[in-house]
Amino acid sequence: MMFLSNEEKQMLDGSMGEGVRKAMDMLVALGKAFDAEKMIKVSRTHVALSGQEGDTYWCELLVNGGAHCLVPPTTNPNWDVETLNPIYTVSSEKLFLAARTEDVYRRIGAIMTHCCTPELAGNVPTFGEHVAFSESSATPYVNSILGARSNRESSVSALASAVTGRTPYYGLHLDKNRKGNMVVTVETDLRNAYDWGLLGWFVGMHTGNLVPVVQFSKKAYHWVRPTPEELLYFTTESSTSGAVPMFHLVGITPEASTLETALGGNKIQKELTVTREDLDEVQRLVSDPAGKIHLVLLGCPHYTYNQLKEVAALLKGRKIAEGVHFWILTSFDAIELAKRSGHFDLLKASGVGVVPDTCMDQPCFDGFQGKLNLTDSAKCAHYQKRRGLPFVLRSLSECIEIAVKGEVK
Amino acid sequence: MNSAKTFKCRTLVGGYTEGEAIVSREAICFYLCDPATGELLDKNHHLRGESLAKKVLVLPSGKGSSVVQLDGLFQMKEKNNLPLGMIVIDAEPVLVSSVYVVETPMVDRVEEDPYSIIKDGDWVVIDGEKELITVTKRS
Repeated sequence: MMFLSNEEKQMLDGSMGEGVRKAMDMLVALGKAFDAEKMIKVSRTHVALSGQEGDTYWCELLVNGGAHCLVPPTTNPNWDVETLNPIYTVSSEKLFLAARTEDVYRRIGAIMTHCCTPELAGNVPTFGEHVAFSESSATPYVNSILGARSNRESSVSALASAVTGRTPYYGLHLDKNRKGNMVVTVETDLRNAYDWGLLGWFVGMHTGNLVPVVQFSKKAYHWVRPTPEELLYFTTESSTSGAVPMFHLVGITPEASTLETALGGNKIQKELTVTREDLDEVQRLVSDPAGKIHLVLLGCPHYTYNQLKEVAALLKGRKIAEGVHFWILTSFDAIELAKRSGHFDLLKASGVGVVPDTCMDQPCFDGFQGKLNLTDSAKCAHYQKRRGLPFVLRSLSECIEIAVKGEVK
Repeated sequence: MNSAKTFKCRTLVGGYTEGEAIVSREAICFYLCDPATGELLDKNHHLRGESLAKKVLVLPSGKGSSVVQLDGLFQMKEKNNLPLGMIVIDAEPVLVSSVYVVETPMVDRVEEDPYSIIKDGDWVVIDGEKELITVTKRS
């Protein structure tokens, strides 16, 4: 039987309102399913508000039951109706659902960051903090890179944690489940964030429910520390091709000073070696065949200020090819810095639109269904396939050259 | 009702329900159901073409991302074509939280293997409060 404090019992018996009761009741069901001995307090939450009806319905159910967030969550993007709706037509039904989603998350007390990289800005946990983060790329980042503790939450369970300030104590909240039990040896150079993404995809394909420990052979281990963008591409793609909420990078992540520390005495259940050929194969696997490009979509996950700056530097004032739409999805802080520093205007002059608050997996880009498009994100290419948008996958510098010419050879 | 047998179980999502059983040997993604009929559309599933609507479903586990699993169940709820209850073998977090949202009674850890005590068409009662299921063989 799970231990509940008096306050938690009051949440569960309805004396704090029906919305709070429902949220706590869901967490108790989850805790029970995983034999959690108790609830623990969380200090931060992030919800992947999806704009899908089932998710919006749950938030409405809680807020109409009087719930208000005890630990206000930051939110994932929806889409920037103001910027994009005048350009791309969306049905009134979908516009209404977007507005309804906004309204209900505001009423429950969410912090409307509309950003899928809260762990970089806006909601950054410190080492050892217990949190409840949904968004498949953010959960492994806060666990593995920052050393905070979160299970792979769905949007609805993360919202339940935001309302109650609790999560059941199981899984990655416990030391023993965070240790590695699989070893990945990387034998190739990783040149940029794109390569880290390909590596992530490859690791995700082979991990199952293990905790991989990634080490770099001497030959490859001569770069400076990976940047936040590189690490983020790794977490994003390993949680798209698979589900990897926890991993270690030897000598880089905080719970992996050495291979032995990362393994914590666990038996190695699987070993994997990664070569340049493996990374090239991922690109072939995910990318659609070359051709004329209609839309270039960068920023899945949201581009950082550094990446906006990098795009401007690669363009060197050149213009995007006639007829090609080029959007970079970015976070509220990055667009603000780009405006202050002049990069926003530079990009605009080249024909590149920078838009905040927007996820690629929203109805605004559906007009590009059946047309060939271009991205540097395997996650974008993968999920857009389901919406009927084919994507060529290339590194950022290749994307820029292609965008200027308008065609992938 | 002499042939009715009662078994202990564990309640994950509470409630009382009773109905005809449908037994799935494979995990289910509810996004691959037609909400208008409750019919399973999953190409490779052995229950393809069968309706899950208003039945007590025995299933090994769920599959599919959190968003699609929940939205699939939600669309079935809107058309009043959800299963009446679920008896699950291996509950995973997405299935538990999604089923919770649509308020379908769900239990696990039945004291005997559900696959040996429940067959298609049996009458099954789930009593979430008492953590019991009762199975009456189809006559």
